[in-house]
Amino acid sequence: MKIILIEKDGTERELEAVEGWTAMEILRDYGVGGIKAECGGALACATCHVYVDPAWVDRIPAPREEEREMVEDHAMDVRDNSRLSCQIVLTEEMDGLRLHMATNPE
Amino acid sequence: MTEDERRIKTDVVIIGAGPVGLFAVFELGLLDIRAHLVDILDRPGGQCAELYPEKPIYDIPALPIATGQELTDRLMTQIAPFNPVFHLGQSAEKIEKNPDGSWRVTTDHGTVLDAPALVIAAGGGSFTPKKPALAGLEAYEGTSVFYAVRQIESFRNKTVLIAGGGDSAIDWALTLAPVARRIALVHRRDEFRAAPDSVGKMRALVAEGKMDLHIGDLAGLSGADGVLSCVSIRPREGDAFDVKCDRLLAFYGLTMKLGPLADFGLELKDNLIPVDTEKFESSTPGVFAIGDICTYPGKLKLILSGFHEAALMAQAVFRLVHPDKKLRFQYTTSSSDLQKKLGVEKPPDRV
Ligand SMILES: Cc1cc2nc3c(=O)[nH]c(=O)nc-3n(C[C@H](O)[C@H](O)[C@H](O)COP(=O)(O)OP(=O)(O)OC[C@H]3O[C@@H](n4cnc5c(N)ncnc54)[C@H](O)[C@@H]3O)c2cc1C
Ligand code: FES
Repeated sequence: MKIILIEKDGTERELEAVEGWTAMEILRDYGVGGIKAECGGALACATCHVYVDPAWVDRIPAPREEEREMVEDHAMDVRDNSRLSCQIVLTEEMDGLRLHMATNPE
Repeated sequence: MTEDERRIKTDVVIIGAGPVGLFAVFELGLLDIRAHLVDILDRPGGQCAELYPEKPIYDIPALPIATGQELTDRLMTQIAPFNPVFHLGQSAEKIEKNPDGSWRVTTDHGTVLDAPALVIAAGGGSFTPKKPALAGLEAYEGTSVFYAVRQIESFRNKTVLIAGGGDSAIDWALTLAPVARRIALVHRRDEFRAAPDSVGKMRALVAEGKMDLHIGDLAGLSGADGVLSCVSIRPREGDAFDVKCDRLLAFYGLTMKLGPLADFGLELKDNLIPVDTEKFESSTPGVFAIGDICTYPGKLKLILSGFHEAALMAQAVFRLVHPDKKLRFQYTTSSSDLQKKLGVEKPPDRV
């Protein structure tokens, strides 16, 4: 399966993904700049912030309360489609998932 | 404090008081090497204390479960016999080699530490405040925009906007309320993850009309020559609005940045310090690196690995600090000499 990352300048990158992994783990292993994922998925840093493509928002499970709070309190430039990529567990149905790079601390 | 009091001579300076820097005190202490530690955080524990104090760790040998804070507390107990000296809330800004071959570390508070060996245990880098993504922000930093309160007095009679929804934001709103001309709080949602008692006090002030509360996101700054005049706030729905203020305090948590280490003149590879796996010394003699900040083939960013690195580093540092002494390999179990250093009253009865 694949996921697609859309960089801030609009460049699209197709990343080989693994079912059962989180989107953050795929982005991190590809060394995608801007995804520090400081806490390794512990929902403690919000440095794995992405925007889910509007076409995909309803096709993936909604965020849990803890994720929503973490985004609101600690992410930058929060939008309605803001998600923490460490909380998106990839399933077969998410093949082709489109994620946009968000504003993250350097 | 006089210049001399701030100039300290010791055996080793450790930059970073995370779990690995703390355990290094123990391994060094057993070899009669005294340590001073510098950390920008106001308490020891590094990532364990800052990022996951309440989350459990399961892979510390012989400690089936401990939270980040418990691990830190236990390390502090374990190293107490060696009386490490902490310089907390200070950033190690500069390292330089003295004419006698020793190293000098200078902090942003002006503390100067001299030692024959330097240990970098800086983990993922300095914990620094997350900055809001606002155009032109830099122009106001240090004059109108702050991420911490150093002196309460500097906020006297100011109109202060405080951004954030955690304990720091709420606590500073309450502390500065009697000092400032006016306090406004801005948060993205009308819920606060802070001590309920403090949230209650804040809500009461808002209800009495003594404090303003805005729900929305920071959208822009206006002012001139580094002097802020107003901040624009974008609510969830509807148009952005302006809030007049001359100070902005933003509390969005901390993030790790390599920071001053980048300019220490050490060899770096992908922002990590390459070391040899015998001594954990960098390519600069006398400067060692252990824990998450070091790299070598097979490196794992685990606390367990950092502890091992600390033990081997200590052996190498011993030769620098006590060049005339012979290194004696001893077990804490059986050496009365080590037990004396650890403050063990009476060795436990032999079985
Ligand atoms: C959520 C989470 C869960 C984890 N779970 C585990 C686990 O289960 N098991 C495990 O083994 N590991 C775990 N880790 C990893 C573990 O926390 C790190 O490996 C460990 O903290 C590294 O320790 P350290 O002492 O090298 O660095 P750090 O803990 O990063 O500490 C470095 C310190 O140096 C300071 N510093 C840096 N530069 C400067 C400077 N110039 N001046 C002053 N101070 C400076 C920093 O402020 C920081 O406090 C986890 C990490 C996270 C985030
Ligand atoms: S990696 Fe830290 S919150 Fe996702």
